[in-house]
Amino acid sequence: MSSKRFTKDHEWIEVEGDIGTVGISDYAQHALGDVVFVEVPDAGRDLAKGAEAAVVESVKAASEVYSPVSGIVTAGNQAIVDQPGLVNEAAESTAWFFKLKLTNPGEVGDLMDQAAYDAYLKTLE
Amino acid sequence: MTQSDTPLLTVPLDALHRELGAKMVPFAGYAMPVQYPAGVLAEHLHTRSAAALFDVSHMGQAEIKGARAVELLESLVPGDIRALGLGKTRYSVFTNDHGGILDDLMISKLAEDHLFLVINAACKHADFAHLKAHLEGKVELRMIEDRSLLALQGPGAAAAMATLCPEAGAMTFMTIAEVTVAGIKCLATRSGYTGEDGWEISVANADAEKLARAILAAPGVMPAGLGARDSLRLEAGLCLYGSDIDTTTTPVQANIAWIMSKRRRAEGGFPGAAVIQKQLAEGAPTLRVGIQPDGKAPARAHTEITDEAGNRLGEICSGGFGPSAGGPVAMGYVPAAFAGIGTKLKLVVRGKAMDAHVAALPFVPHRYFKG
Repeated sequence: MSSKRFTKDHEWIEVEGDIGTVGISDYAQHALGDVVFVEVPDAGRDLAKGAEAAVVESVKAASEVYSPVSGIVTAGNQAIVDQPGLVNEAAESTAWFFKLKLTNPGEVGDLMDQAAYDAYLKTLE
Repeated sequence: MTQSDTPLLTVPLDALHRELGAKMVPFAGYAMPVQYPAGVLAEHLHTRSAAALFDVSHMGQAEIKGARAVELLESLVPGDIRALGLGKTRYSVFTNDHGGILDDLMISKLAEDHLFLVINAACKHADFAHLKAHLEGKVELRMIEDRSLLALQGPGAAAAMATLCPEAGAMTFMTIAEVTVAGIKCLATRSGYTGEDGWEISVANADAEKLARAILAAPGVMPAGLGARDSLRLEAGLCLYGSDIDTTTTPVQANIAWIMSKRRRAEGGFPGAAVIQKQLAEGAPTLRVGIQPDGKAPARAHTEITDEAGNRLGEICSGGFGPSAGGPVAMGYVPAAFAGIGTKLKLVVRGKAMDAHVAALPFVPHRYFKG
């Protein structure tokens, strides 16, 4: 069972120790269509929960990726900057957007687990 | 009026689009396919490398018949319809009294007294009212509601068409002919709006699905939606009404003054002629240009354009990622002094000023079949 937690804006976060890895859900990449441009945050950036952290663009439209929790960015994923199409191929694994050091780990508990997210997606159909 | 409380109109190919797995979206009051399962990128690239079939049945078709058809249409458009040869098609615009563009359209001459028009979906009722207001009682005017419009586009279009309609191969760019495609009588122009060779085919609604299936079964043809159509026409530097041209832009500003012949420039005789003639003589204050961001970030419509010092120059009218160009491409309006190719600009994307420059249009060379 996935230990990922999800936001209503379709970001996921997976936490190990005090480091969270953030990406967009498979549902989100599918809804976006072909991803052609990605912008990820630089290490050191201080992100509040819900702050605009990254950008993902398909052929047609640009979308923001929000930070699911508060934290300090430790790394952006250069691989998806170089090859935005990876987001379509592996949104919930290698095509993560950024990692951050959580400043308020308690916030993770407010996010949906996989089952709750799957149920939420059904309400969007 | 919002989309949600207005029932969407459906095109005759609606069931086929759904069968093919299209994602249908509201567009100009119609449910239209924006993409099929292959996705916009694949559809775009396939159109440039092989061939794709687009349903553009939401667009308006109209005809004008009568001895004064040419003369009267020339009173509404700056194009030279008198000089248009029989069986030829020309791109033009309806102008208003300020020289602004009411719509862009294709005009074909089927006979000296018979013109065929293709107009934009979102403008078709206004266009028809405009035509009626000026031409009613003087010519026979008909909005064609019983025909669909399909566009077969791409370098493979000719080979695909050869299997269905050998005689169409003799047509050259911007000609029109009554042809039989897959056994169905059609009115076809060798034209399109992707920058590629191809045909736009007007067909009776009752035969549209049969025709579409026959074309889709031809070698190398895949269906493509409005998403790919938009990125293709942007790379081809072609104007989208409502984004790149509208009532606030003249043909001179839009950099489509080539639609006017020497005679029409001199004689005028269309709405807003004085404004347009003055701009032809003195230059327009602003011009539509191609703009290429130097980085990778696409600049979308309404992105602010500034000079290198940060002074506002204008905004992007169409912009995005060009799959064949391999990067971001855009068009925008800038003061004439900044319209020279290579001029350095800044684009304010998400609050950051990004480097860009004025680029030659089209971004991807046109490959029309000129014979």
